Amino acid sequence: MIKIITYCFFDLVRSRWSYVYFSFYLLLSFALLFLNNDTSKAVISLMNIITVLTPLIGTIFGVMYYYNSREFIELLLSQPIKRSHIFIGQYLGVAISLSLSLILGLGIPFLLYGVLQGSTSNFLILLTVGSFLTFIFVALAYNIALTHENKIKGFGYAILVWLLMAVIYDGVFLISLVMFQEYPLDNASLIATAFNPIDLSRILILLKLDISALLGYTGAVFKSFFGTSLGLITSLFVLVLWVVIPIFFIYRKAQRKDF
Amino acid sequence: MIDTAQKHDTIIVKEGVYKEHDIIITKPITIIGKKNVVIDAEAKGYVFKVLADSVTIKNISAKNVGKSYTKDFAAIYISRSNHIVIENVTLTNVFFGLLIEKSKNIRIRNNYISSKATTEAGTGNGIHLWHCSNAEIEENELHSLRDGIYFEFVKNSVVKNNHSHHNLRYGLHFMFSNNNEYLQNTFNNNGAGVAVMFSKYIKMTRNKFLKNWGTASYGLLLKEIYDAEIIHNEFSENTIAINLEGATRINYVNNTFSNNGWALKVAGACYKNIFKSNNFLNNSFDVSYNSKLNDNSFKGNYWSSYTGYDLDKNGIGDVPYRPVKLFSYIVNKTPEAIILLRSLFVDIINFSEKVTPVFTPKNLVDEAPLMQKVL
Amino acid sequence: MIEISNICKKFGKVQVLDQLDLTINTQGIFAILGPNGSGKTTLIKSILGMVLLDKGDIKIKGKSVLQQFEYKKEISYLPQIANFPNNNTVSELIKLIKNLRPKPTNEQELIERFGLAPFLDKKLGNLSGGTKQKVNIVLTFMFDNDLIILDEPTTGLDPISLITLKKLIEEEKQRGKTILITSHIMSFVEEVADEIVFLLDGEIYFKGTKEQLYSKTNKQDLEQAIANLLLINHD
Repeated sequence: MIKIITYCFFDLVRSRWSYVYFSFYLLLSFALLFLNNDTSKAVISLMNIITVLTPLIGTIFGVMYYYNSREFIELLLSQPIKRSHIFIGQYLGVAISLSLSLILGLGIPFLLYGVLQGSTSNFLILLTVGSFLTFIFVALAYNIALTHENKIKGFGYAILVWLLMAVIYDGVFLISLVMFQEYPLDNASLIATAFNPIDLSRILILLKLDISALLGYTGAVFKSFFGTSLGLITSLFVLVLWVVIPIFFIYRKAQRKDF
Repeated sequence: MIDTAQKHDTIIVKEGVYKEHDIIITKPITIIGKKNVVIDAEAKGYVFKVLADSVTIKNISAKNVGKSYTKDFAAIYISRSNHIVIENVTLTNVFFGLLIEKSKNIRIRNNYISSKATTEAGTGNGIHLWHCSNAEIEENELHSLRDGIYFEFVKNSVVKNNHSHHNLRYGLHFMFSNNNEYLQNTFNNNGAGVAVMFSKYIKMTRNKFLKNWGTASYGLLLKEIYDAEIIHNEFSENTIAINLEGATRINYVNNTFSNNGWALKVAGACYKNIFKSNNFLNNSFDVSYNSKLNDNSFKGNYWSSYTGYDLDKNGIGDVPYRPVKLFSYIVNKTPEAIILLRSLFVDIINFSEKVTPVFTPKNLVDEAPLMQKVL
Repeated sequence: MIEISNICKKFGKVQVLDQLDLTINTQGIFAILGPNGSGKTTLIKSILGMVLLDKGDIKIKGKSVLQQFEYKKEISYLPQIANFPNNNTVSELIKLIKNLRPKPTNEQELIERFGLAPFLDKKLGNLSGGTKQKVNIVLTFMFDNDLIILDEPTTGLDPISLITLKKLIEEEKQRGKTILITSHIMSFVEEVADEIVFLLDGEIYFKGTKEQLYSKTNKQDLEQAIANLLLINHD
């Protein structure tokens, strides 16, 4: 499997889009850190961008890479290797190379800047969340692509999933919170965030950025979740599930699919 | 010993631990401890009761003041006495630290007062003044009490350079106290930093309100207060930096609000407040209103979430800034919604509200938002 | 060598392979022919485990290969469409495939024969379709396997390369290989094939040597013969 991962990884790393993606993050974080000189503000802006953009790019790259490598997959399928290794290998190749663009793009400016001013933990959480989102959404995209032979359909569904997670879910969530405001909602809303990796990532960053300030205002349930390391551990754990479960589905689909 | 002293004598207390309580002072004297003088009241009552003018107590430690739900035991109780000096005194495990009633011209300097507060009813205040005037309270450290400093019917007094922290209720608390000033103090990790209630003409300058978070957690709580000045203060990491309720004719100038949950929470009946040249940096919410009416003015502040531009390069943004977001209105109504803070959807609805305000006060705008921080 | 017994495959409502039996025990070149949608590619992909069967069994050298993957190292397969990840070079691709099945290879000789040497360090995305197909051929023929499966091997090849390919196939045949070929180019099939397997509607309609086909249809060339087979079927 390592061979497949490396092969796809090197293919993607050398692609023009990887450079574009990498340079985008590089320029963005350089601009935010050095033109602004307000680290907190930079972290907030980066967070806003990362929680929206990494899922989108992950989805598009995932779907695109799968459809582009249909014939290559056939070639690999005729080789003496396990099916699951081909798909999981390709998936990891894509996810790792995208995460690398993100980590380097954000990391280089930060290393240069961090020498002057410490805010390491904020950046680490951004990188962690960004990488998680990449892994999750590439996996979701692979699932969609594996289920739909029709490229247009696959693309459509992938974008729809992104839109759902990034915007629509929160809209429905907020409307239902307002509609049922007479009821105790803390538990329900914490659980609802677990079903959306973008929300979950946002929570992880909130734990880092706003938590001290918001602790007093939130209810007892939020407080015990946000105020202790429970929140951090639970969110990370659920994010791991969000990676593992779609990978498992890739594995299952790959075993059963005709090419 | 005190009984044998003459008026205006100075008693110098020798090093040692004294198990004494209810030491009553009825004539003007000066008590100075040499090194390591500790008076242990063994939880039996007051340590000193000062009932005379011109008393000075210096360089003494006292501990284990009695606790009672009926009597206000204090380490140093002062009643109807003028020209009192309390300096370099360390009071630990107190119920009340200094309890001062109906007195004038009091200097309280460089003391350290602490308790082990667990419940509000079971703890007293660090420095408690009732019906006093012309007090100077400087360079004291107060912690783990109910209120660090409490003023009721106190006037013409100054609170300066104190550090009041980890108190259950307030770091500093004004009730019905007019014409006072507090400056250069630090209030951190209190239930609320400072509460100013039912008072007029209070000057608040160069104080720091830090990390006051908890269930009813404010940096500064203003309630029924008129004609105050709030200048050059720093509010950082408080749940609510300033909570305004019935606050009128107050000038807020050159303050910095950073990383608070709410910088300003305006809860009605607040008129003619002026916010000028303040920095609002990275607060989860800059301003929250619970009504659609606004009679306060915001002008020439720096808002870190301002996204406008300055084409004529005069340092003032060309697009007005609306500090009240729709989302803060929603969170007021449905607190659980806070979990959606900083999500794309919330950005979208905030944006649409910004374009056409429906729920938030229309005239609440900073017409001249600054492009650079005020220093 | 290959025993295919009673295999069935449905895609949606379409029965692509319908209780198909096929046994190939001799060496030589077998052309699998049939109209579009007759199940040629599906049959080949079933042998390689790319299509999962609804029913039936496939044995190679006596062993069932369903759900297996190890047996694939004994098969050389040329996929129909030559398309590879764009940003890696030709030599990297060759290296990958060699890595995947550690066996002796003769890619140097093939690279020379197809004149691929100047392209070795070029990115695959920058190659023409024909050149990609040559790379595809190298990847297939560089291993020494008894069973070779070629799906439309002539796609995009220029005449010179086509001659080289034919020669290559002939040589492999001389070395005692079993070669399965699908192609639409009848002249090519006629030239290289020993036996014809004709598929129609997921079943084997004809299996036999070229000569048997000619005598059955009374025609003297393959194109005519096949057309005739189809006509008979329509009557």
